[in-house]
This record gives sequence, structure tokens and C-alpha cells, in this order.
Amino acid sequence: MNVKPLGGPYRTRTTVIAASMVAIMGVLVLIRFCFGLGSVTNLNNGFPWGLWLAYDMVAGSAIGCGGYAVALVVYALNKGQYHSLMRPAILASMFGYALGGISVIFDMSRWWNAWHIFWPAYFNLNSVLIEVALCVSVYTMVLMLEFAPPVMEKLVEWTGRRGGKLHAATTAFEKVLNKVLFVFIALGMTLPTMHQSSLGTMLIPLGPLINPLWQTPVLPALFLLTALCIGYGVVMLEATLVSDRFARPSEAHLLALLSRYLIGVVIAFLTIRWGALIYQGRLHFLFTSGGLSFAFFAENVLFLIAVILLWSKYRRLAPRYQFIAAMCILSGGILYRLDAYLIAYGRVGWHYFPSVSELMVTFGMIAVEVLGYVLIVKFFPVLPSVERAATSALATNRSVA
Amino acid sequence: MPLTRRTFLTRTAIGGAISAASTVATAETREEKTLPPKALGLLFDSTLCVGCKACVVACRDANGTHPEFNTEDKLWDTPLDLDADTLTVIKAYREGTGETKDQEENGYAFMKKSCLQCIDPSCVSVCPVSAMTKNAETGIVSYNPDRCIGCRYCVAACPFGVPRFEYDKAVPRLRKCELCKPRLAEGKIPACAEVCPTGATLFGPVTVLRAEAERRHKLVPGERAFFPRKTADSEDVHEKPAPHYVTETYGLNEVGGTQMQLLSGVPFKKLGMPVLPNKAFVSISETIQHTIYKGMIAPAVLFGCLLFLVRRVTNKEVALHDDDRDAREDDHNDDHKGEG
Repeated sequence: MNVKPLGGPYRTRTTVIAASMVAIMGVLVLIRFCFGLGSVTNLNNGFPWGLWLAYDMVAGSAIGCGGYAVALVVYALNKGQYHSLMRPAILASMFGYALGGISVIFDMSRWWNAWHIFWPAYFNLNSVLIEVALCVSVYTMVLMLEFAPPVMEKLVEWTGRRGGKLHAATTAFEKVLNKVLFVFIALGMTLPTMHQSSLGTMLIPLGPLINPLWQTPVLPALFLLTALCIGYGVVMLEATLVSDRFARPSEAHLLALLSRYLIGVVIAFLTIRWGALIYQGRLHFLFTSGGLSFAFFAENVLFLIAVILLWSKYRRLAPRYQFIAAMCILSGGILYRLDAYLIAYGRVGWHYFPSVSELMVTFGMIAVEVLGYVLIVKFFPVLPSVERAATSALATNRSVA
Repeated sequence: MPLTRRTFLTRTAIGGAISAASTVATAETREEKTLPPKALGLLFDSTLCVGCKACVVACRDANGTHPEFNTEDKLWDTPLDLDADTLTVIKAYREGTGETKDQEENGYAFMKKSCLQCIDPSCVSVCPVSAMTKNAETGIVSYNPDRCIGCRYCVAACPFGVPRFEYDKAVPRLRKCELCKPRLAEGKIPACAEVCPTGATLFGPVTVLRAEAERRHKLVPGERAFFPRKTADSEDVHEKPAPHYVTETYGLNEVGGTQMQLLSGVPFKKLGMPVLPNKAFVSISETIQHTIYKGMIAPAVLFGCLLFLVRRVTNKEVALHDDDRDAREDDHNDDHKGEG
């Protein structure tokens, strides 16, 4: 695999806007830590979980599943040709998870006790949340190790210019890292399978507080499958955007192949979801849940549009449709998770809509991701180098046809 | 494509990972929890409550909470619901003309809200750091702020909406009724039962309270009846015609049963008590959790399969990578030659 840093100026319109949004978030978070959650958010005792948990953590971690979804194809299905998608996907995953973890700290009422999660004497193994918390923490570290190769390559290159013992040491370390990396890659596929399904199990104790269209014993399967959907969606969106924004050759041929797995996952999701609704005799809730009925249909329609768009080979190969399909999958998947955790949840007499400052913190988090991604691909070897990508594109195009 | 050993293995691994999560719903459920041996609780009889709210005030005294104002003049302690500053509250039902007490139509009734001390509490099951615990003897559900990380899962999961967090403090905590634990240690009874003038709130062992509820269900409406104050076996009784009760005792079966028992003349749903199944929701989540993670076998097997699959791919890659590096070094040497 031949990958190179993109280079180019760090200060662009995008990075400046993102940096200012990050600054605004910083101020708001400071206020939150000094005066409590109520000073910045609209959280209340009827809606103890709001936007920060539902979007930044629950949806955000799925957005961070690009690395997981592509790794499954590359390693478990042994499709090496997708390898050029791995590094950017791992990078995006690292951001998704690290920032999800940080936003959970913002959201914790008693954050100074956060270390209790890692204190075995305090573990409550009946709690699904302890599994999610531990697993997500370990996975975030695994992602950092999975992203170590590009960092090491850069280091080896640096020390190479100077030569000497330092170069020998970094080269040796790089070798060891490459030898043991397969353990972390395997862990990197095991852990998301665990905690992404557990994110679904987490809602089961909430019982009838969640609308019956979402509250089902198959929640763990649905959450695992949406993690994969969103993961593939993010990789497609990222690849189409990067080739457009950074004026690079398109990876459309690879995405076309990838989208076949996406179709499979979406169909599995829809089958299990509708199957469970029919089996439990809950179809009448489709028409009696008011606005939630609409939300449910919106999710399903978005998923269906993506499947239909990617079904035909012509559209599957066109970056334009890949982009639209990716957007549909992402909005469908994120909406599903927001619905399950927030919109379909409710107690009589309570209302919640995120405050402006609450929204600004979430936007700030997204800005951190954009800023970090742009800066890192410019500095570290993450994206496939252009010449090699073009030739391999030709090669794979032939195999697609 | 022919089905080789490799494709078979890879497909099995992926399929296994996905189906592991989806098949657990059919797994055996975990045992139902039973009433602790010395379970303590409250019996609230809505037909005896006159809505004086003496219990609300006594609760404030006992727990150090402050009056809550909801009128403009800020001169009335008017809590609207349970809150971090209100651990028990009296709610009123009124329908139509509101003439007759404990009557569903054209009547009114009162309901006490406070922690029901579930036999199988959601808050205890979901708390990741064991900050919520249920006493094995008394069954009292307590909160330990020193443990709590403030995830508010308990607030989200309680089927009755009982635990309440503080949102306006930098160092907030959760508040809920703990059945006046400190008073019990001093040999006193919970403040709300202590002050209730009509015996609408009684304190005692749950078995005694259940027997008392049973006795009241058997009374003939309108006939002379006696009602104790403070505790079910108290000498302090008053006489009153027996009311008409709805057939069920709330808390006997709801989500696996609670240690607080409720009696009423008006259907409980009308008094704001949710209609709930007889099984705790956490018994389903715990079943799923402990099926997937039993002895960590399933995750270990998945990890083992993936390790094997990844190794096959990376072995190939390492070979490629070495070729790549050789090529790079050749380029490098060429560059030097060019410079020279």
C-alpha cells in the first residue's frame, strides 16, 4: 500500500471556521463545569439523557464505525483491494470514539468520579453500561494503536534524515508494531461487535418509556447492524468528499464494491426490524404513534432509497449517487439512533429540546473532527498516493465490469 | 465462486458475530427476584388520605429539603412533582364536579408519590458503578454519592420516575426516598408515616402491610371498620365506614413487585401510576447481557476467529510491505545517484 501525506496549507477557510467553533465550545464547556449541566443544557428529570449522549456518543460512536466496517471486509472477508480505505477509516473512527468519550465526560453529572468505571470493586456486571463504557474505552486505545503505523512512518522518515541510533530505534519499533498489529486489528473488530450491540441492550431496561416501534428484544442486533450501515455510509461519504474537495482521483470503483455489502447489511436490518414488529404484533403502532410514526417511516424510507440507488450497477459506480446513497444511509441510521435514545423516549408531562448552547457544543465536537481530520491527512501518510490509486483504479474497474 | 475452506470460515465468523446478538432474545431468562427476608415498606391507602400534606413537610424536616415555590407570590410550598428537593409529594385527582371523595366520576382522590422500593429495581440493575444498592435484609434502595459518576441511567430507567438529579449545581447529586434510613437506625419510623393523621401512610414489614391490604380488600363497603395509624399493628386506631376499593393492590406485582403497597378507590392509572407488566424489564436486559458474556466465551471465540483471519491477511501484507520497502529504498538510492 502506498500512502502519502497530502501536504498543502493548514490555514484554510474550513480550518479557520472549525477552529472558531471549537473555541465557542470550549467556553460553553467551561460554564457547564462551573455551574452544572442545567446552565448550558435543557436536560431535566424527564429527559436525563439529551443531545450530547444521543448524538455525540450513541450516533457518534456509530459514525466512528467506519474502521470497523471496512476492517470486517478487508480482514474477515479477505478482500485486500479495499485496503486503501482502511487508514482514512481508522482515522475517522479514532476521532469518532475519542470525541464520543470526551463528550460523555461533559455529560457526566459527577465527572470527577469517572475513574470508578475502571475500578473493579465498583463494577456492576448486571449493568449494560459498564460493558459499553469499558469496551468503548479499550477500543479507543486500540484505535490509537491501529493508527500508529502512519505516525511511525512519519517518525521513521524524520529520524531517517538525521540517521543514527534514533533512526535505528524507530525502525525497530515500527517492525515490532507491524508484527503485533494483527492482534489489535482483531481486537478492533471484536470490541465494536460487543459494545455496539450493547448500546441496543442498554435501552431494554427503559421498557415502555420507549415507543414500542423501537423497544424490542432484538435491539442489540439492530444497533449492531446500524453501526455497520453508518460505518459503510461514513466511508462512502468520506471517500467521495475527499476525492472532490482535495481534487483526487475517485475511489468510486471500490465504493461500488463496498456498497454491495452495505446493501446486504441494510436488508438484514430491515428484515429483523420488520420481522420483530410482525412477530410481536406491533404493526398497529405504525399508525397510532403520531409524529413518531412519521419518524419511523422516515428512517425506513431513507434506508430503502439507499438500497434502491445502489441496486443498479450504473448508479452504484457513479460518485454522485454514491454520495446521495451515503447521505441517506447516514441520516437514516443516525435518525434511528436519535429516535431510539431520545425522540421515541418520553414520560408524560416532560419536554426536551436541546438549547442553543447545547447544540453549539455538539457542533463544536463535529468541528473538532473536521479540523483534526483535515490537519492529519495533510501531515501524516493516510490517503493513498495519487499515481498508485489511479493505476489500481483501472485494475479494479476491470474486475468490477 | 466455489465454497473454499477459507470463504466458509470467514462467512461463519461474520454470521456468528451477527447472529450472536440476535438470537439471545430466545435464551433462558434469569430467575425472578424475591422479597428480602426483613423487607420494610409503606402502605398508602388513598381512601384515607385527606391531602393535608403533613407527610411532605415531615419529609422535608427529615431529609433537609427546602420548600418549592410554584406560585407568583412565592409564599406557598407547592411542589408539583417529585424533585431533588421533594422526595415525597401528594397529588390530587379530580373529575367532573369533583364532589365525592374516592369516586372515579365526579369525584376526587389523593395519591402519594415516593420511591416504591422495587423488589427488582431498575436503578440498581443499570448503575454501572454500584452507586445504587438494595439492602439484602430490609430491601431499602439506597444511593451512594461517593460512588456515583452521574450518568443518570437510573433516572432514565426508573419505571416510576422516582430518582431525581440536580441540574443546577456544579457538584450535583441524586435524591430519592430511602425510607428514612437514619431515623430507622434511631428506632423511629419514617417521617411520613409518623405524622400521617389518618393512617393513610403506614410503615412496617412488607408481609404485615400486605396482610393489612388483604384485610381491607375483604371489608364490606359502608360497614364499620377500624384503621390503624403509623404502623399496621398499632394500638392507635380510628373508626370509619369501609370504603370501596378497586380490586388490585398496586405494588404487589408491578415490575416484579414493590415494597410500597397502594390501595385506592379510583383506578391507579387515573392517579398517575403507570400500567406495568409483572416482570422487571431489567430481567430481560440482564438475561441478554449474561447470555452474550457468559464466561466471556462468545467474545473470546469471536476474537479467536478474527485473530486467525487477520493473521492470514497480514502475513500476505507483510510480504508485500517488504517488497514495497525494497522498492522505496531502490528509489532512494537512485535519487542519490541522480544528485551525485
